Amino acid sequence: MRKSYGDPIAEDLRFVVRSVVGEENFIDMTPNRSNNYCCGGGGGFLQAGLKDERLEFGKLKDDQIQQTGASYCIAGCHNCHAQIHELSEYYEGNYGVVHLWTLICLSLGILGPNERAYLHDDLKDVLVFHPESEM
Amino acid sequence: MAQEVITLGGKKKSMLIDKVKELLPDGGNLNLCLTCGACSSGCPATGLEDMDPRKFLRMAALGLDDEILKSDWPWMCTMCQRCVYVCPMKIDIPQLVYNIRSMRPREERPKGILGSCDMALRNDSCSAMGTSPEDFKFVVEDVLEEYQEAQPEFKDMQAPIDKQGAEFILNQNSREPVTEPDEMVPLWKIMHLAGVDWTYGNKGWGGENYCMFLADNEAWEHITRTAAKQADDLGCKIFLNTE
Repeated sequence: MRKSYGDPIAEDLRFVVRSVVGEENFIDMTPNRSNNYCCGGGGGFLQAGLKDERLEFGKLKDDQIQQTGASYCIAGCHNCHAQIHELSEYYEGNYGVVHLWTLICLSLGILGPNERAYLHDDLKDVLVFHPESEM
Repeated sequence: MAQEVITLGGKKKSMLIDKVKELLPDGGNLNLCLTCGACSSGCPATGLEDMDPRKFLRMAALGLDDEILKSDWPWMCTMCQRCVYVCPMKIDIPQLVYNIRSMRPREERPKGILGSCDMALRNDSCSAMGTSPEDFKFVVEDVLEEYQEAQPEFKDMQAPIDKQGAEFILNQNSREPVTEPDEMVPLWKIMHLAGVDWTYGNKGWGGENYCMFLADNEAWEHITRTAAKQADDLGCKIFLNTE
C-alpha cells in the first residue's frame, strides 16, 4: 500500500491500530514510514535458502522492534509475519507477532479460542468469544 | 605546449547495465550516481556477501558483469526500495537487482523460489503450495460451516468463491487454507460486520507470486493475468490484495 500509494495512505492504518489497541499502547518504531527498514522476509528471501544471511539482514529490524519495548509487533503481510516471528525467537526478543485482523477481532470481542495462534499468554484468555468451541 | 590527447583504448563493450537501462523508464537513472552512499547506509543488506547497493551499482557501471552475475547478493536484496527513497538522484537499484536476477539461467536460481513458482504454474489457483481450486473450495466451505455453527452470531457469515458481481475480490495467502485455516476467519468476520460484498476467485486466488521473485517475467505475468481476469470475469470492482 505505502510503496504504491505513498506514506499518507499508511496513516489510515495507524488510525486503525491506534483505535484498536488504544493510544497509550501504540508505539511507532524509529525510523518509520518510508524511512523504515525492510524485515527481510520479502523479495523471495524466505524461500531463497539463505537463512544465515536472512537472519543477519533482519537484525536491524529486530533491534528496531526491541528498542520500542512493545510486547507485540503487527505485521502487514505473511512474508513479514513469518520473518519477524522468526527474528523474535532467534534474537530472543520474544515479542508477539500478529496480523492486524487478530487485534481488530480481539478488540471487538469476536476472537474465538482457535483464532489466537499468535497471541501470547497475556492476551490468550482475554475476551474469548465462544470459549466452549476450543479445539 | 599542447599535451597529447589521451585516448581510451578500444570500443566500449556492451555491458549488462546498458541492457538494464534500455528496459527502464529514464534508464532507471542508473548513470546518475553521485556515490554519496545514502543507499548503503540504511540498507539491511549492506555487508552481506561483502556487498552493498552503492558497490553493486558501481560494479555494474564499471562493467564488472561477471562478478555481478556470480554474486548471490541480488537474492539477498529484497528490493524494498528504501535506497530509491533516500537517493538524491532516485536511482532504481532494485530494478537493476531484479533484472540481474533474470539474467541467471532459470534452473540456477534459488531452488526454493523456483519450486514455489513452478508450484503456482501447476493449476489455476496460482498457489505457491500447489493447492488445487477444488481443495481450496473444500477447505473454505468446511471452515465456514464450522464457524457458522460454533459461533451462532456469525451464522449468516459468507465466504463465497466466484460470486458474480461482488464488489470486492479478495486473494488469499496459500499458507492459511493449507496449514492454519482458522487464521482465515478473523478477516471474514470483519468483512461480514462491515457489510462488505466480497468474493474469492476460484482461479488465481493464491496471493503470493514467487514467479515475480524468481524474475520469471512470463510466469509472473501469467499469474497476475489469471487473477486479474477472474476479477474481470466476475465483474468485481476492487481487488483486495492481502499480500
